[in-house]
Amino acid sequence: MLKKLSIAALAALSFSAGGAMAAGGAGHIEDINFSFEGPFGKFDQNQLQRGLQVYTEVCSACHGLKYVPLRTLADEGGPHLPEDQVRAYAAQFDIFDPELDDDRPRAPTDHFRESGLAEAPDLSLMAKARAGFHGPQGTGINQLVKGMGGAEYIYSLLAGYTGEEKEEAGTTFYENTAFPGGWIAMAPPLYGEDVEYADGHSNSLHHEAEDVSAFLMWTAEPKMMARQRAGLTGVLFLTLLSVLLYLTNKKLWAPIKGKKLNL
Amino acid sequence: MSGIPHDHYEPKSKPTKWVESRLPIIGLLYDTLMIPTPKNLNWLWIWGIVLAFCLALQIVTGIVLVMHYTPHVDLAFASVEHIMRNVNGGHMIRYLHMNGASLFFFAVYIHIFRGLYYGSYKAPREITWIVGMIIYLLMMAAGFMGYVLPWGQMSFWGATVITGLFGAIPFIGEPIQTWLLGGPAVDNATLNRFFSLHYLVPFVIAALVIVHIWAFHTTGNNNPTGVDVRKGSKEEAQKDTLPFWPYFVIKDLVGLAIVVTIFFAIVGFMPNYLGHPDNYIEANPLATPAHIVPEWYFLPFYAILRAFTADVWVVMGASWITGGIIDAKFFGVLAMFGAIIAMALVPWLDTSRVRSGRYRPMFKWWYALLVVDFIVLMWAGAMPAEPPYSTISLIGATYWFAYFFVILPILGVIEKPTTPPATIEEDFNAHYGKPAE
Repeated sequence: MLKKLSIAALAALSFSAGGAMAAGGAGHIEDINFSFEGPFGKFDQNQLQRGLQVYTEVCSACHGLKYVPLRTLADEGGPHLPEDQVRAYAAQFDIFDPELDDDRPRAPTDHFRESGLAEAPDLSLMAKARAGFHGPQGTGINQLVKGMGGAEYIYSLLAGYTGEEKEEAGTTFYENTAFPGGWIAMAPPLYGEDVEYADGHSNSLHHEAEDVSAFLMWTAEPKMMARQRAGLTGVLFLTLLSVLLYLTNKKLWAPIKGKKLNL
Repeated sequence: MSGIPHDHYEPKSKPTKWVESRLPIIGLLYDTLMIPTPKNLNWLWIWGIVLAFCLALQIVTGIVLVMHYTPHVDLAFASVEHIMRNVNGGHMIRYLHMNGASLFFFAVYIHIFRGLYYGSYKAPREITWIVGMIIYLLMMAAGFMGYVLPWGQMSFWGATVITGLFGAIPFIGEPIQTWLLGGPAVDNATLNRFFSLHYLVPFVIAALVIVHIWAFHTTGNNNPTGVDVRKGSKEEAQKDTLPFWPYFVIKDLVGLAIVVTIFFAIVGFMPNYLGHPDNYIEANPLATPAHIVPEWYFLPFYAILRAFTADVWVVMGASWITGGIIDAKFFGVLAMFGAIIAMALVPWLDTSRVRSGRYRPMFKWWYALLVVDFIVLMWAGAMPAEPPYSTISLIGATYWFAYFFVILPILGVIEKPTTPPATIEEDFNAHYGKPAE
């Protein structure tokens, strides 16, 4: 009986754990099949590079990525840009150097810029600070395959403008189906065809939003692929260890239990 | 060490004799490892080793994290991101530590509920139980303070809410709260002292774990029948027990390996599943999150804390009798700590002379209801404090107290237990279809 109870407890626990993250008044979040979801998911290097382009040409006007070192753009399991491209990319942005007492171009060892606009939140961790499926609605173990919906939240927000506007106390608010409460102060940043992709990939609103969401997932969790690889290796070896220990235990106890063992 | 008769270590070689006559450490280790253990222990007895693993994991990963972490309000959040991005393997170490806390509590809850079912708390194991409860309280302190260190939104606001509980104590509450925080609000002083204590507490826990093990090695393990090991002679005892090494070490390792496999899958594939997204936003004293939710392992007691609102008649009564000194907030705090104290007092609240729940037909159902109650409270604790959740919490909290203070004392008197087997050997042989020797 206790065994059954503990199994039920386990199931209920995993359920209530998801419930713990109840988000209030959440809007509609579109579920997208990103390449990086699930235990075997991988970042799509080309998509990350396109996302970087969208971020650079559109988002970075207001939003920063202050926790992300520029050199990580060259990392495997990330956009994996060639070193010289990273150096050239970094050099576009100036940074104040207290040793020179002057501005200088950024080096790959520097970080991305901070948000230029005080009201614009930093985007480094946005894909982990928001979670489309982390509420009680889509709870549970399906997060293993779908992810927590952080990238989906960003996508849904970017693609969720209805075109309605209202003015309150001198600020314009825009109706958005994904934003909690339905009205957001950020003007629609993407309309489609905002950037011209070098690889000729479609630059419709949906594609741009998907690409930049994937890129922001990478900035939030740059070691995801290394972690999943470590997880897979760990699980495989531990499973093997469990089986070996199980057989050892069985053999060890067989005479005590009065069983004959055919091994 | 143990009261069960068994062979003791005899040094044979010259060096071991030399050591043993000066410090009997080999004998101590031998007796600890070879302790006679009831041979009918089931798989619920593996969680002790899982807990030992958790403590070691948390200390080892924690020490590495401290090498890269900066306890300052302006730098803490960024230093955690530094660990996640720049430190070699730092992301794995942090995720292991973060989820290790969850595994720790998951294991301790199964360990505690196993004890509650099989009556492991009853004489002569009361001290083992009490020490265990103190360890559990210290774990909660460590878990809470550790959650503050990344200095995210939930860290900050969780700390604000929980330290606010001490502010609810009449007269001396506010000075105590200020003293705990090191100032009028959660700030740098708070972060620093929590960091210091978060490093200290695990070592206190480690010391108490030794006391915990010492205590139950003195009484011997409980077992699923609750029947004592025969202690008349060594031969008799050997029919009921097996040495811990190798039989239970290997068995425990099987359980541990399976648990760690699942744990590793969570760390590798969904490390933020049990966390709160808001904690990836840096702490901002000016922006309160929509819902302040503690980690999942505090939720049942958080639900009890919030269950007793000002419109509950017990609270109104307490407030009227004490002339308003006990208000709803203080009542909630008393209830929350009372819920844990009730658990700690269970050795003296359970009046039944039969130890194991296996032979208590009525107890089984009340116990099952307690498990359900615990899970319902956990769920209710995650929900907003409004109807119907507040009512559910109140019912859940009432049952929690009723179980310990009313049901257990009465059951022992009115219940007719079935007959446990005469010996552990009998139970073991019956299970494996072996004829009695």
